[in-house]
Amino acid sequence: MVAPMVLAESVRKSFGMVEVLRGIDLEVAAGEVMVIIGPSGSGKSTFLRCINHLEKINSGRLSVDGELVGYREHGGKIFELKDREVCRKRAEIGIVFQHFNLFPHMTVLGNIIEAPVRVKGQEKTEAIANARRLLTQVGLADRETAYPAQLSGGQKQRIAIARALAMEPKLMLFDEPTSALDPELVGEVLDVMKQLAKAGMTMVVVTHEIGFAREVGDSLVFMDEGIIVERGHPKEIINSPKHERTRAFLSKVL
Amino acid sequence: MTQLGPARTTAPTPSAIRAVPVRHPGRWVAAAVLLVLIAMAVDAVVFARVKRGNSLQTRFGWHVVSQFFLSHEVLHGLIVTLELTVIAMAIGIAGGVLLAVMRLAINPIVRWVAWSYIWFFRGTPVLVQLLFWFNLSYVFPQISLGIPFGPSWINLNANSLITPFIAAFVGLGLNEAAYMSEIVRAGILSVDEGQTEAASALGMNRILLMRRVVLPQAMRVIIPPTGNETISMLKTSSLASVITVTELLYSVQLIYASTYQIVPMLLVASLWYLIVTSVLSVGQFYIERYFGRGSSHAQPLTPFQKFRKSIVTVHQAMPLPGPRDAGSPLAGRKER
Repeated sequence: MVAPMVLAESVRKSFGMVEVLRGIDLEVAAGEVMVIIGPSGSGKSTFLRCINHLEKINSGRLSVDGELVGYREHGGKIFELKDREVCRKRAEIGIVFQHFNLFPHMTVLGNIIEAPVRVKGQEKTEAIANARRLLTQVGLADRETAYPAQLSGGQKQRIAIARALAMEPKLMLFDEPTSALDPELVGEVLDVMKQLAKAGMTMVVVTHEIGFAREVGDSLVFMDEGIIVERGHPKEIINSPKHERTRAFLSKVL
Repeated sequence: MTQLGPARTTAPTPSAIRAVPVRHPGRWVAAAVLLVLIAMAVDAVVFARVKRGNSLQTRFGWHVVSQFFLSHEVLHGLIVTLELTVIAMAIGIAGGVLLAVMRLAINPIVRWVAWSYIWFFRGTPVLVQLLFWFNLSYVFPQISLGIPFGPSWINLNANSLITPFIAAFVGLGLNEAAYMSEIVRAGILSVDEGQTEAASALGMNRILLMRRVVLPQAMRVIIPPTGNETISMLKTSSLASVITVTELLYSVQLIYASTYQIVPMLLVASLWYLIVTSVLSVGQFYIERYFGRGSSHAQPLTPFQKFRKSIVTVHQAMPLPGPRDAGSPLAGRKER
């Protein structure tokens, strides 16, 4: 059996006295598109950030592609990974943030080739050719010399996706990628994500776009107060939620 | 109220308001008084002559100023001042970046060392520090490299190693590092945390992330006060005259020690300081423009661009008297 891309077993995480994740068990298969929904403060973004070790978990096990996140297991003991190893693993996981976080002092092209050249040691010419292909893919081939401040929110987010893809990740995480966008710009970003899902990318998407979940998601997870309340096929959950909390949440966002 | 209603909209575009402007006699009086005072000052500084010995000279001795302005000694002093400023600022900036990163480090000892350094060097006068470095050989006659508390391999005589010039740039540079570190730290803290997050999510390590993502963005905050510090350093370097470094001030002091033309020689030094600070201000403008790239604010135009634009706008403005919306109070604004 192939190891799942993401495997979480009773993952817990607290910030000070507040326990944000209270035992998450989850499996994301390779090639699966999982959509996580839930009210704000339910811990969905924190869980996403734990997957690439931007946050450390307090207990439980979390592994990506069969390897623990941030730790190494040897002879029954768990060792913390060195910074260098953490960096290498992060480079294999792409993440797209709500607020884009493009590098404002670099052009679009500079943003995309930065990590492939500096982190992976790719040849610059190769990285540029790769970046141009990705720009065409996200429909922004003509903006490679622009600075982020000259782009609309939707364009920024598409560049952010291209930047993450340039590292050729095996897993893509999306942290509310359309929440900071004007309504009319949401579609262009979702289209790029749909295209990516069709190409077979493993994706974990935290979003409020129920339509996207229904259309593209292979599975849907509803989180509330740090636990997974319900998990299943998107259409089933959206059409006939089993839990009262899920029903209440869906009635508000639909 | 009815006049302001829809009936008004059918009227043609309103014409520009031509009101009689308010008179401000006070402004005229103030300007006149200032102009008279300026004329008096210029007369006293430039034209007025006084009898010295048996000749009539300008009050400030301009003939002495012009005699020594480009003299070999003064120019040599100027070069030493520039060297001191550049080297001390280089030490200051490098040390400042290092201290700032240390203050933001995870290791508490590293943080504490940086904090103590800043506490000490900001807490004592730079003149005292210069005198201390100048007299270092009194405390450490021998400077040796070797194993701590063990044998030493290289022994150097501090008296010959620490020349006044070295004492000056070490003293000024180490002092500057303490101030620069606070400027750099403010710059680093001004960069959005999302930037660090995005960079580390792409697999960048702390050093790469600092060098490629955080510091270039911090520059926008760091450059203006650093320009200030450089200009300040140019002038502070005159303190090195106290420890016999023949920089600009000490050079003119050496001259007036034998000619007794104190005021003209101080003018020579002041004019050179003014010229260099002016040049530095221009340089700062262009550096700020460079690091402001990608900012959502429009960059200020360079003098050359302003000149070109003024020619272009004059060209456009002349043949267009007719259909423009001249009545709108906003009409002129867009042109800026």
